[in-house]
Amino acid sequence: MTRAARRAVLQGLGAAALAWRTPRLIAGTSPHVVVLGGGFAGGSCARALAREGGIAVTLIEAESRYTACPFSNHVIAGLREISAQQFGYGRLAKARLQLLRRRATGVDATRRRITFEDASHVDYDRLVMAPGINLHFDALPGYDATTAQRMPHAWQAGEQTLLLRRQLEAMRDGGVVVMSVPPNPYRCPPGPYERASLIAHYLKTRKPRSKLIVLDAKDQFSKQRLFQAAWAQLYPGTLEWISLSSGGRVTGVDAATRSLVTEFGTHKADVANVIPPQRAGEIAHVAGVADRTGWCPIDPVTFESRLVPGIHVIGDAAIAGAMPKSAFAANAQAKVCASAVAQLLRGEPPSSPKLINTCYSLVAPEYGISIAGVYEPREGLLTDVPGAGGASPLDALPAVRAAEARYADAWFHAITQEVFG
Amino acid sequence: MSFAPSALGLGLLLTSAVVVAATPPAGATSCSGCHAKGVAAPPLLTERPVDDIVNAMAEFRDGKRPATVMDRIARGFSDAETRDIATWLVARR
Repeated sequence: MTRAARRAVLQGLGAAALAWRTPRLIAGTSPHVVVLGGGFAGGSCARALAREGGIAVTLIEAESRYTACPFSNHVIAGLREISAQQFGYGRLAKARLQLLRRRATGVDATRRRITFEDASHVDYDRLVMAPGINLHFDALPGYDATTAQRMPHAWQAGEQTLLLRRQLEAMRDGGVVVMSVPPNPYRCPPGPYERASLIAHYLKTRKPRSKLIVLDAKDQFSKQRLFQAAWAQLYPGTLEWISLSSGGRVTGVDAATRSLVTEFGTHKADVANVIPPQRAGEIAHVAGVADRTGWCPIDPVTFESRLVPGIHVIGDAAIAGAMPKSAFAANAQAKVCASAVAQLLRGEPPSSPKLINTCYSLVAPEYGISIAGVYEPREGLLTDVPGAGGASPLDALPAVRAAEARYADAWFHAITQEVFG
Repeated sequence: MSFAPSALGLGLLLTSAVVVAATPPAGATSCSGCHAKGVAAPPLLTERPVDDIVNAMAEFRDGKRPATVMDRIARGFSDAETRDIATWLVARR
């Protein structure tokens, strides 16, 4: 079957959807790349592919609005409004790509076809999947989508973010907030600790007789020494972190009593924030690109799936070796993947990439800390470039912490402009 | 990863016929995660001379220039890599 015949058969979508605005290759038809998911990874990749020229790009995203997770901890702590987290797809729709506001329900990798609920379909030459995460409710007894209305996770930003904020606002002074943190891997490794910091800031400034208990399924975490130094300085008596070896691992929850159960006892909460274990977004499992870990193994040069040829996986869903599941990493992976896909479509060998990650966390307003890394493929994995990367110094002056808080703001502006602006 | 010479040759023929952006050097596309229009700092790299970017990265790497995060990132790149990146960035001005 020719490329022309295989690509975009958009039944029921109207002729307009077929009117590609991209230039054609000399064969008279451009290869068609479909990007599934319009978050930091998918949005970045679709735009980067569209800039390549000579590729017809379709971005499939079911939602009309994206709510960003980075900085959503500020919303929870009342330091920012949710509107600052929300972005439309209007500018993306004006880029040289087709935006399909639909929910993909099936992927047939043999026919290189994506199907939708109404049995219509779209064909691709290469598919880039950026499905983000699914909350793995089955991994935590007593917790599910219904229970999450009473004990919010707020780990996919939006209504859950606001729910947790409202619960904190409604809590009496002297109340107990309990957070649970899952084992690795999960979206945004330092995120729970930034959240703990900013909730502690809220309690200290607004409800000073209250307490926050963080129940952790780990003994070590990202930027740990920096967080713990800041907590000792800023939130003594407010924030208590209970590690795995001190009995912090949550084994179940009881929504009726708003309790979190560990091997060592039960913590009853006035406000409970349960961050459950996670895995790759649902469509990754449907497509067969996720392995038994629940995440997607990839080639570190092209981000092509190790399991299904012709499908690339980027962002939180991918097993990216030493790279964390962060928005910065998703954006960096997206651009490298776009280059690799373009090279593969041109019949060129993909060039070996380097990628950067920088994650900022706020432990209080104007108190930022960061961790950075540089990565390259080595022996089939994305590994740390030796000697590079690391966390902010422990002994930095307040001016440096304030500068890092400003750089965090600048990063959010830069990345959201690049994807949605 | 191996590629048949014929496929490579076809690829070169195809790319010569259309306007295709040069493949970015390793690491280059990560920079715009932070360095962008509309932010006071960090600086917009596409408006800097190539030599300034290379020198700044060398000074970050050697600890000669005050830094928050760039010292940690610069240690991941050689002078030659930085020059390739800077040349690519500035060409996109």
